Amino acid sequence: MSVSPGWYLGLSTVLFAIGTIGVLVRRNVLIMFMCVELMLNAANLAFVTFARTLHDIGGQVLVFFVLVVAAAEVVVGLGIVVAIFRRRASANADDLHLMKG
Amino acid sequence: MTTLLATAAAPTIHVPHVDYLSILPMLIMLGGALLLMLVSSLFKRIMDVRAGTVAAVVVSLAALVAALVQWDHVATHGPSVTIAGAIAYDGFDVFIQVTVSIAMLLTALVGDGYLRREGIEGPEYLVLAMVSASGAMMMGAANDLIVVFLGLEILSIALYVLAAFNHKRAESGEAALKYFVLGGFSSAVFLYGIALTYGATGTTNLVQIANYLSRNIIVHNGVLLGGLALLLVGFGFKVAAVPFHMWSPDVYEGSPSPVAGFMAAVAKAGAFAALLRIFVTSFPTVRVDWQPVVWILALLSLVLGAVVALNQRDVKRMMAYSSINHVGFILLGVEACTARGVSASLYYLFTYMFLVIGSFAVISVVAGPGDTRSQLTDYRGLAKRQPLLALAFVVLLLGQAGAPFTTGFLAKLGVIEASVSVQGYGLATVAMASAAVAAFFYLRLAATMFSPVGASGDPLDGNLPDTAPTADGTTPAATDRADGSQPVVGLQVLTDAAPSAEVEARGPVPVPPLTAVAVGTCVAFSVVFGIIPGPVIDFAHQATLLLLR
Repeated sequence: MSVSPGWYLGLSTVLFAIGTIGVLVRRNVLIMFMCVELMLNAANLAFVTFARTLHDIGGQVLVFFVLVVAAAEVVVGLGIVVAIFRRRASANADDLHLMKG
Repeated sequence: MTTLLATAAAPTIHVPHVDYLSILPMLIMLGGALLLMLVSSLFKRIMDVRAGTVAAVVVSLAALVAALVQWDHVATHGPSVTIAGAIAYDGFDVFIQVTVSIAMLLTALVGDGYLRREGIEGPEYLVLAMVSASGAMMMGAANDLIVVFLGLEILSIALYVLAAFNHKRAESGEAALKYFVLGGFSSAVFLYGIALTYGATGTTNLVQIANYLSRNIIVHNGVLLGGLALLLVGFGFKVAAVPFHMWSPDVYEGSPSPVAGFMAAVAKAGAFAALLRIFVTSFPTVRVDWQPVVWILALLSLVLGAVVALNQRDVKRMMAYSSINHVGFILLGVEACTARGVSASLYYLFTYMFLVIGSFAVISVVAGPGDTRSQLTDYRGLAKRQPLLALAFVVLLLGQAGAPFTTGFLAKLGVIEASVSVQGYGLATVAMASAAVAAFFYLRLAATMFSPVGASGDPLDGNLPDTAPTADGTTPAATDRADGSQPVVGLQVLTDAAPSAEVEARGPVPVPPLTAVAVGTCVAFSVVFGIIPGPVIDFAHQATLLLLR
């Protein structure tokens, strides 16, 4: 018995939605990062599913590019968090309110 | 034997032919950045800020020359695709390479003075800016959605770090984090848009998508429409179009001033290049689906950018809202979805690049050590202290406002004409009205520079709502200068927050020679090509004619 591609797409949509809601709702910066990662991986799952249904290897190759980009993004993001954390011991997005207007 | 040959032949990988000329400016920019990093770490003694600036200027000039060589090639051989169809080698691509090379050149010149003043050692500022520029170039050349994504990430990741560059200022790190979270979010949305587009059309190649859509009539395909929507949201975040603009005022305010100028010029050039290429050349057949969305984005950006900028007391925030307003104008050209619209948008991007980098160069100089003095009150009496600097800023502001005899006027005229030529009268009218509103805050800043230091209130302040500026009282910069007293709510705190004696005592701010060169170039370009518009308009027009379709 095989699972039809529609289910994978459904899962990918659900993951993407969870990630989106997480970024918008959660206030801890690290959890926001994790939600962005979830969104990227939802896209990966969609790529692989489409590659399977289209019988096209291209979609699977794209996933590798995305993985590399996601890794690079996290490196920079955590670097920025550490830099801010040194200044004040908090990783809460609501504490960042120096600028308004 | 034959079977053996067959199995041996099967896994052969066909390496695409790489036409190095078609990606030469990108390679020079990226290679130059890596080389600069390497040389600087090997010879720390010799490589001071000035040497790094010289290197970056040389690399930018080399990229510019390479782009001009490309232009010659494209003009004679016509547009083509290279590297297995992933890179478009056409006039449009070369136009973006030229724009980004010049922007990088100017940013290196402005950065020199900034780095020396702030005492920041090392080549990282220039290296990151050059890497970021190569990403923008890649977005201009990309003929495949995944190459667009890679270009976008190369551009953005370097910019996140640049935003955090001034580690002595808490705002800088905060700006970087905000930019990073929303940038990463928008990249993920954009990527999901690519995935859905790939699912709907079976390819990520822009030319093949266009072919697929022209061969197959797709009516209300949910996957394709979802993909288009997510791509637009992703671009909306990157170019800071309303309602995806929330990050931009904070990021512009917190980032080092030269970086903010670079961000406004290069990130917009790259993102708009990809936006134009994807939507105008790949999705013209489904334009009834996306044009209304772009119409709304343009309308909101035009209105909100102009209106909210009126209330800003921080010049960098004001510039951020003004850049949102400019995004609305450029979207006018996208919405038209014609060759005329593309050409007008390109011209707008090119001229805006000079105006915004020049403006932020002046802001950087006036902000003084620590990059903190960017309140409107800090500009009072600038014309008396430094007439030349003030004059240059006035010209750049008039250019942004779209005054005649500047490139800004022609740019606004171009996009409005493009919109009118496709019967977009409503949007064109809103654009003209918003230009008039925007002129008010540019002129107020100009008038502030000419008002005497001791005067109470800005000359045009009477029209401001009283509630607008209260938030400023809470920023450390404002409380510092509130004369030790409690921050007063209302107009008083805005207009008299800076004690005149302190401003007087501050005297003229030093203008670094290289920054002066950069500002002079921007002013000269904006005025000369505002009076003799032919060459640049022709360049944008030719670039559009040589657009790969």
